[in-house]
Amino acid sequence: MARPTRAVAKSAPQAAEAPERVAVRKTYKIYIGGGFPRSESGRSYVVRAADGTPLANAVRGSRKDVRDAVRAARAAFPSWDARTAMNRGQVLYRVAELLEGRRDQFEAEVGQAEGLSAGEARAQVDRAIDRWVWYAGWADKISQVLGTVNPVAASYFDFTIPEATGVVGVVAPEGSSLLGLVSRLAPVLVGGNTAVVVASESRPLPAVTLSEVLATSDVPGGVVNLITGLRKELVPPLAAHMDVNAIDAWGVPAEMVAAVEEAAIENVKRVARAPRGGGERIDWLDDRAAQRPEWIAAFLEMKTVWHPIGV
Amino acid sequence: MTTSRDHTVTKRPASDAVGRGTASPSSWGFGDGQAIPWEYAPAPESREIVKLQSRYGLFVGGKEIAPRSGQWFTTLDPATEEPLAEVARAGVEDVENAVAVARRAFRRSWGELPGRERAKYLFRIARILQERSREFAVLETLDTGKPIKESRDVDIPLVAAHFWYYAGWADKLDYAFPGRTAQPLGVAAQVIPWNFPLLMLAWKIAPALAAGNTVVLKPASSTPLSALLFADVCRQADLPPGVVNIVTGPGEIGLALVKHPDVDKVAFTGSTAVGKQIGRAIAGSGKALTLELGGKAANIVFDDAPLDQAIEGIVNGIFFNQGEVCCAGSRLLVQESIAEPLVEKLKDRLATLRVGDPLDKNTDVGAINNAAQLAKIEELIEAGVAEGAELYQPACDLPERGYWVRPTLFTNVAQSHRIAQEEIFGPVLSVLTFRTPDEAVEKANNTPYGLSAGVWTEKGSRILKMVKELRAGVVWANTFNRFDPTSPFGGYKESGFGREGGLHGLLAYVRLEDR
Repeated sequence: MARPTRAVAKSAPQAAEAPERVAVRKTYKIYIGGGFPRSESGRSYVVRAADGTPLANAVRGSRKDVRDAVRAARAAFPSWDARTAMNRGQVLYRVAELLEGRRDQFEAEVGQAEGLSAGEARAQVDRAIDRWVWYAGWADKISQVLGTVNPVAASYFDFTIPEATGVVGVVAPEGSSLLGLVSRLAPVLVGGNTAVVVASESRPLPAVTLSEVLATSDVPGGVVNLITGLRKELVPPLAAHMDVNAIDAWGVPAEMVAAVEEAAIENVKRVARAPRGGGERIDWLDDRAAQRPEWIAAFLEMKTVWHPIGV
Repeated sequence: MTTSRDHTVTKRPASDAVGRGTASPSSWGFGDGQAIPWEYAPAPESREIVKLQSRYGLFVGGKEIAPRSGQWFTTLDPATEEPLAEVARAGVEDVENAVAVARRAFRRSWGELPGRERAKYLFRIARILQERSREFAVLETLDTGKPIKESRDVDIPLVAAHFWYYAGWADKLDYAFPGRTAQPLGVAAQVIPWNFPLLMLAWKIAPALAAGNTVVLKPASSTPLSALLFADVCRQADLPPGVVNIVTGPGEIGLALVKHPDVDKVAFTGSTAVGKQIGRAIAGSGKALTLELGGKAANIVFDDAPLDQAIEGIVNGIFFNQGEVCCAGSRLLVQESIAEPLVEKLKDRLATLRVGDPLDKNTDVGAINNAAQLAKIEELIEAGVAEGAELYQPACDLPERGYWVRPTLFTNVAQSHRIAQEEIFGPVLSVLTFRTPDEAVEKANNTPYGLSAGVWTEKGSRILKMVKELRAGVVWANTFNRFDPTSPFGGYKESGFGREGGLHGLLAYVRLEDR
């Protein structure tokens, strides 16, 4: 496997003399409304590889960043939701195409972040891309699986169709920096929702790179917004935000779950909970366990429509 | 009200164009909102069929038992304020007992019973409810104050239909969710409101039992009697003891029930405020939760709507069950060009509504369910007047005793008025106007609620456009307030989550496992 040359590592080379070529390091930013602002807070925190090596300074987002992200997500919702299902599917498939082109970069980042061998990291990245394809294909099928025509005992045509819930806060899984995030984010998007993502706190860099992929894909700005930082600072304002319709709590640490659910009920948010024992115990590489139409349904509303049958 | 006689389940004409509308007083020249110049002879339904006990204990483990709390409360007939019976006021220890009994039944009998056997118990229950339908209708009307023609033609037929529908699912769960096995959750704690006591019981108990759960249900404190009579149906059906348990008492007992650590599933129908309280109380517990909460539905009438049908739909939308309906069409949005004639017609129609004895078969609008609710409705009517909306109430005599509100119409209502924002849960309609479809959508969606909406227009493409844009869980087009066990019902936004009815209603009571 060809590791990219220090594309992500900020740790200074050991050599005493200057290298032949000084690497251009990347500043990892947050992604809001299609742009890459710095945090309004002007803060950052050091992200380390699994072995403790410092990798980069990531943005330490603030509650104001959360609010900005929610506003962007809300603004992007009507047109994303109004896309035809086929178009949404194509736009999401395009993300997989771009991910494929960045396999090497993701492999390096995921490997460093999670302390995986090259082969293990490659498996994670490949599965993430394939999972994105799997969900993209659901865009124009989920209505047919979840929708019903209801045989009411009267002269009415009555049917039920799924619709997007709205703005969804996604607290990404802490451990699986790319595959876990993709597994939770893709089902939110395919149903027509827009998202505000709190990336893995300790392993945020692959998520930021994913946001760079999204920014250059056909996914409109604001559909996905991604903030890095400390969970204890970002999750409470996200869970309490009155313009967020649902929250994916898979990545919420156990000690924060009760507080998140308490905050979420204030505007009757839908909460997608990790299974008992926590979301980290799932094997993200296992397709049967980690890609499910129910996860799309968790962020959909069912709308029932009645009309009389007559002349 | 006219349309209530042709609710779902009963056989009905092909459209909502109910013939009576053409014979309305307005077309006869009495279009000035005056009381109609004729009287109906009383047509009271006999209450003989109901044999009330003087006291009702709790229904736990298949038996009626005295509350360990040793306390009782009285339930009233809201039409007369006369006591109907004494009912056990459960204490925390009674809740503990009921949950323990439900858990035992889940482990030992019900949870292990094959679906085909559960199905037969549910079919039995449906049949017994049909056989005893008149008794239930009269009892429901006595305890709630709703007109007998509604309890007889809407509530009780829907109750039986609901058990019937879910009975058939009990042995077909393998086909309900592709690729997944549906497992019961365990013990369900269910707390229901007073507006449709037996119907809400059916919406809660039927899918829970079909999926193999056992339940502890707490009816509203002002309407416990039909649930306690349902206990007798369970006994007649030889339902294994402990599968259905009913504990009566105030709201704090409901809270104790949902908080009980051995409860796996919580289902609540009621106000948004209490729904949030329940959500807070069980936060972090891992219990499955579904909520069916308040609403402030917009009923939108376009200028090309069939006006007479729309009038009937509007009346049904807000005066059905005295407007004590979470999905009531309490905000009427009328396209400006037809606002004047529509309001005139509406006033004429209101003048024909018969308000009074709920047991009278001609009554359209019955009694408000309880004194607290009456006070709330009156307070909001006063607020409407104080904020500058224009009040209209037809002249009609109200009985001297009991809890009554005249059918009430407010015009000149602004979106900021409390009567346009808050759920009144009474026979009070606020009329607002709009010019364009976009404005109608914006006003309709301008609420934290999202339970239901109505659209009246002859233009099909406009219906479908409105259906798409209205953020509500149920949209009635050229009709209103229709319900059916096969039809999923539930809210967007702060009107709750989860669905009741249909396949989606089953999902609320199962855990899906990989096959």
